[in-house]
Amino acid sequence: MNGKALPYLLLMPATLFLCVFFLYPFALVAFEAFTRDGAFTLDNFRTMAGSWKFPATVRNTLLLAAIVVPIQLAMALLMASVVSRLETGRSAALYIFAIPLGISDLAAGLIWLAIFDQSGFLNTLLSDLGIVDRPIMFLGYQSKLSIFIAVVLAEIWRATAIMMVILVAGMGLIPREYHEAAEVFGASPWKRFVRITLPLLRPSLQTAIILRVILAFEVFAVVAALGGTNLPVLMGETFNWQFTLQDRNVAAASALLILAISIGFTLLFLRVLRVPREARI
Amino acid sequence: MAEIAIKGVAKRFGGFTALHQVDLTIADQEFMVLLGASGCGKTTLLRIVAGLETPSQGEMWIGGRRVDHLPPRDRGIAMVFQNYAVFPHLTVFENIAFGLRMKKLPQQEVERRVNRTAELMHIEQLLKRYSGQLSGGQRQRVAVARALAMEPDVILMDEPLSNLDALLRLEMRAELKGVLAASKTTTIYVTHDQVEAMSLADRIAVMHQGRIVQAASPVEVYRNPAARFVGSFIGNPPMNFLPAAKAANGSWSVAGLTLPGPKSDRQAIEFAIRPEDVEAGEAGLPAIVRVIEPLGPHTLVTCDVEGGLFRAVLESSATVAVGDRLRLAPKPERIRWFDPETTHAI
Ligand SMILES: Nc1ncnc2c1ncn2[C@@H]1O[C@H](COP(=O)(O)OP(=O)(O)OP(=O)(O)O)[C@@H](O)[C@H]1O
Ligand SMILES: [Mg+2]
Repeated sequence: MNGKALPYLLLMPATLFLCVFFLYPFALVAFEAFTRDGAFTLDNFRTMAGSWKFPATVRNTLLLAAIVVPIQLAMALLMASVVSRLETGRSAALYIFAIPLGISDLAAGLIWLAIFDQSGFLNTLLSDLGIVDRPIMFLGYQSKLSIFIAVVLAEIWRATAIMMVILVAGMGLIPREYHEAAEVFGASPWKRFVRITLPLLRPSLQTAIILRVILAFEVFAVVAALGGTNLPVLMGETFNWQFTLQDRNVAAASALLILAISIGFTLLFLRVLRVPREARI
Repeated sequence: MAEIAIKGVAKRFGGFTALHQVDLTIADQEFMVLLGASGCGKTTLLRIVAGLETPSQGEMWIGGRRVDHLPPRDRGIAMVFQNYAVFPHLTVFENIAFGLRMKKLPQQEVERRVNRTAELMHIEQLLKRYSGQLSGGQRQRVAVARALAMEPDVILMDEPLSNLDALLRLEMRAELKGVLAASKTTTIYVTHDQVEAMSLADRIAVMHQGRIVQAASPVEVYRNPAARFVGSFIGNPPMNFLPAAKAANGSWSVAGLTLPGPKSDRQAIEFAIRPEDVEAGEAGLPAIVRVIEPLGPHTLVTCDVEGGLFRAVLESSATVAVGDRLRLAPKPERIRWFDPETTHAI
């Protein structure tokens, strides 16, 4: 057999699987988004955008991503640097940091609900300490800001580890001699991080950021658990159109919008964090 | 002014001792070569001087300052790494400029120094390239240029020419020597190539299994090896060794020949002579010719003496044939003697 064909042959099953269970349903969804009663139309998108909730939905989703992702990136970089430097107990530290990864997003939302709820841990603690007389409504419909903060905290707690794991792996790929050379040639630890680690980490940064940004646009269960309908996000609205309002076509349009945003940001980060071929390790 | 003093330095990696009690002083502006076989601890010693490795024991002094506790960047050194460590994400220009930028030198000065060192290393046409677009030899020259551009007090080089082809190596060797002599830096240069060591060094420190066996001028190391290892390691072909049995006090019997030698309590010591220090003649060590290799200026003859291998460098005019019986007379003033137990010279 021709040796060149072998890799493609080996990829065939996975490709077929993707076609049957992803591309085909995707085509169906796309078809539904652009049709109503079998005729081509953009009405579904108009309906979606015309909803009074829509601007808030987009704003909340983007704002959440814009706040959560940079904080997570900074934290993940810090944690990854510390973990990479450990001589012993490195895998133990990784496992501990990665615990939240094993918890579903809904469960994570519920954990934080148990903390911020009217009768939750935080209120119990505050009243036990005598700081408050009556429990505070952190998650009430009037306190949008504290709902938002609770969601941000839950998201950071839940999904920083995924970035960290990717970055730790990436840092492990950078040969130690580059750091040593930088050290000999006068770079302080901070300079070494900025001038050596960050640039050489670009491929992993790219993966981590793209993955995290896509996840951020799909945020749903955590928000649903903590905010209910008080903090509408894109994914929540898609769910609403499908199951509450029973309009599959608009739901499909909404899903396509999320996909488009995700693809847009993916392309952006692929471009911004591109490593020229000649400058690779 | 940068004298380097290594005082009682030892290094253990877990249970393995890579360096035993190394003592070495390198004078200001001296060119010291660390020479030894692979795995003898050259890189480890260099890394300890640089501060990239902490000694398990002992002290490091540079320029009259104790530097054990100082990070590499505060030791006034520059280094050429054995595997280059040319940054892949920076151009050759920025690689050479790296240390200068860390020192916050003005752009004009950075450019001046980069261009000058690039010219010295013949890489001026490569300044815009990335490391991934260079050959091993070119990368190595970038690494050397990066160190030279720092104009440091001390420059540490770990086999900086190992990847160049023979011709370029010869050329670079001469250039390096000139450049470093002019720059007044103290140099520690690691190599396992003895010709390179001989041609560059003010002094050679011969290392063997984590110890410095001898530190002396190239001629001294060649002529008067302090230990059997030095004689067998340095010189191509290396020294010949033959067992010597006591004939009388101060006289030793070597392959049937009685030679005057050192006074010793031992009954048996070792006789040593360099291949070029014997002459074929009427009297001498009885040898049977096994292999003849004409090398141009002279002829290398490998013989059997007392059942052991013995090499002799003869004039190319000598007419010998395989199977010939020769008498090889050692030049008396070139004979060396070694204690077989301590392996030290007597
Ligand atoms: N980090 C380490 N951990 C354990 N052993 C090490 C370490 N670094 C070096 N060694 C050991 O120490 C010894 C000396 O190593 P070193 O790199 O100094 O040798 P070298 O003389 O530079 O050899 P070469 O000419 O091959 O570069 C070797 O036996 C090596 O296996
Ligand atoms: Mg080495």
